[in-house]
Amino acid sequence: MYSRAYKASVMIPPVLWVTAFLLVPYSMLFGYSFWSVSPSGVIVHSWNLQNYVELARNPIYVTVLLRSMRIAGSVTLLALLLGYPLAYYLSFYALKRKELLYQLVIIPLCASYLVRGYAWKTILGSDGVLNAFLQYLHITHRPVEFFLYSPFAVVLTLTHIYTPFTFLPIYASLEHVPRNLIEASHDLGASPSKTFRRVVLPLSLPGVLAGATFAFVLTLGDFLAPLLVGGPSGIMISNIVASLFGAAYNWPLGAAISLCMLLLVVGVLFATERFEKKLTPS
Amino acid sequence: MSADATRRAGNALSSTPEALLSIRQVVKQFAGRPVLCGISLDVAPGEFLTILGESGSGKTTLLRLIAGFEQLDSGEIRMAGERLDQIPAHRRQVNTVFQSYAIFPHFSVFENVAYGLRAKGVRKSEIPERVTRALAMVKMDEFAQSAPSKLSGGQQQRVALARALVNRPRVLLLDEPLSALDANLRRQMQIELKSLQREVGITFIFVTHDQEEAMALSDRIALLRGGRIEQVGGPREMYGHPATAYAAEFIGQTNLLRAEVRDGMAHAGSIVWRTFGPPGETKFSLRPECIRLVPSSRPQPTADVSIAQFRGRVRNQTFGGAMDVLEIDCGDAQVLRARVPSPGPLNGDMEFEFTANDAVRLREGSDD
Repeated sequence: MYSRAYKASVMIPPVLWVTAFLLVPYSMLFGYSFWSVSPSGVIVHSWNLQNYVELARNPIYVTVLLRSMRIAGSVTLLALLLGYPLAYYLSFYALKRKELLYQLVIIPLCASYLVRGYAWKTILGSDGVLNAFLQYLHITHRPVEFFLYSPFAVVLTLTHIYTPFTFLPIYASLEHVPRNLIEASHDLGASPSKTFRRVVLPLSLPGVLAGATFAFVLTLGDFLAPLLVGGPSGIMISNIVASLFGAAYNWPLGAAISLCMLLLVVGVLFATERFEKKLTPS
Repeated sequence: MSADATRRAGNALSSTPEALLSIRQVVKQFAGRPVLCGISLDVAPGEFLTILGESGSGKTTLLRLIAGFEQLDSGEIRMAGERLDQIPAHRRQVNTVFQSYAIFPHFSVFENVAYGLRAKGVRKSEIPERVTRALAMVKMDEFAQSAPSKLSGGQQQRVALARALVNRPRVLLLDEPLSALDANLRRQMQIELKSLQREVGITFIFVTHDQEEAMALSDRIALLRGGRIEQVGGPREMYGHPATAYAAEFIGQTNLLRAEVRDGMAHAGSIVWRTFGPPGETKFSLRPECIRLVPSSRPQPTADVSIAQFRGRVRNQTFGGAMDVLEIDCGDAQVLRARVPSPGPLNGDMEFEFTANDAVRLREGSDD
């Protein structure tokens, strides 16, 4: 239908884009991860596995990576626990309020990430809103320190930020559950709770999986929340990468960690996609 | 008198004692718009009842009220004397075959049919046999392990039927189950459905907008119009004695005659026939096949008062094989349609006749 020249010309922008902003940077990252930094602070272009040895040997990296995965797991779980009931309510019971509530979920996505991060800082800080409130009620007598600058604060902030990302695919999958299947289930004698377990939940699992993947992957790579509210105990792997590319000036080690992260994320995406294919009835 | 006897006596006042399902003064509105305006209907055990009506007549709403998918605004539905309308859908001994089949896409055919048995906690050892028997009944036993997406519409239809019947409901509700099938398959399924119903002896309540389907299948038809019951009766009764002009025109084809009744005779222009009932302006229904050609060998008007004879000009003749359709102009802007055994080409003025009793006096409908 279309000429070859036309097809080729439409292909050019995406190919250029992917090459310039994906293939080239990742290739550079790959190259850097096998170089090293001399004691005088110069990048030495000699191929070696020193960075990967360092990653395995120094427990700080594994500790922080495990912590990042723990935080990502917690955020995913919380986002699902908040997002699913919200999506379920909106899809089945909100009726006329549906549109309004949907917008209320979406609007925070338009607010700057930084603003939301600082908002939590204001809420959780030692003279923050939460502490003032607790003292006003005489529940506590001096500021509680651990609210801010802790993994807890990071989980809280990231749950707030990424729950809409979990909500959206779940909501979409619930909207696609044919309502007559629910009626058929009731008709065949299944109680509402049994209907949920045997019909609604299985049919919405692809959305749950997509939402969980969003929350996990986005959290795992997050570095702003730990920077704002994490403190030393709330540091995540991306903060280490950021500092290696910045103040610490060790691009090769940073590149090695980045590649490990990339592999991890690709592995998660691959696994969820396979799982989702298995769930979706052909 | 015991409490039980009192209740039975109470029921006897409001419904026929042998009714399995008794619908009383059911009213349902959607957002202030009345959909059902006081429906009362009794369904006998083992009956094949069709709820017939055009779209928007409220027939599907009535079915959904019986199934429990909608709550009624007022009135009541009883099954074997017990209130049904206050029981949640999943505890009613009623099953539905949905218009779009509503087969669970994430279960095999077997699991779809087993769904109701598992939900009700039927013993595990009993399930395979009952499912297999139900699938055999609709000739789908070899598809037990198939995924529903691999089945054609007709096959899904059969699975939906097996899935409902396996639960041995007291009433089976069918919501236009054949409307998505092509004409041939549809006729075949009609025959199968009817024989299946005789075999299992379960009461069927069948919703359709197709009057031919209703005539072919039903023991009784309830014709719905604008949320009210226009007429209830057996197919022959509905056809032979329509109560209103709407019923006469909805079920089969008919000629509507506006006539004036005086001195025991009805006068519609030049056509006059004997009738009973009070005098006044009224409508009659005369089926096309009730009009006969008077043989040319009998030119004199008959003396028999039970036969009405009239003269008309054949305006149009449509050949139809065994039967021809004639359009007869009787003057006074009155055109009648007749279906007669093919007489060969006709033209000019002819004599026609019909039996006076075949002209059925109609009651005024709600907005005629």
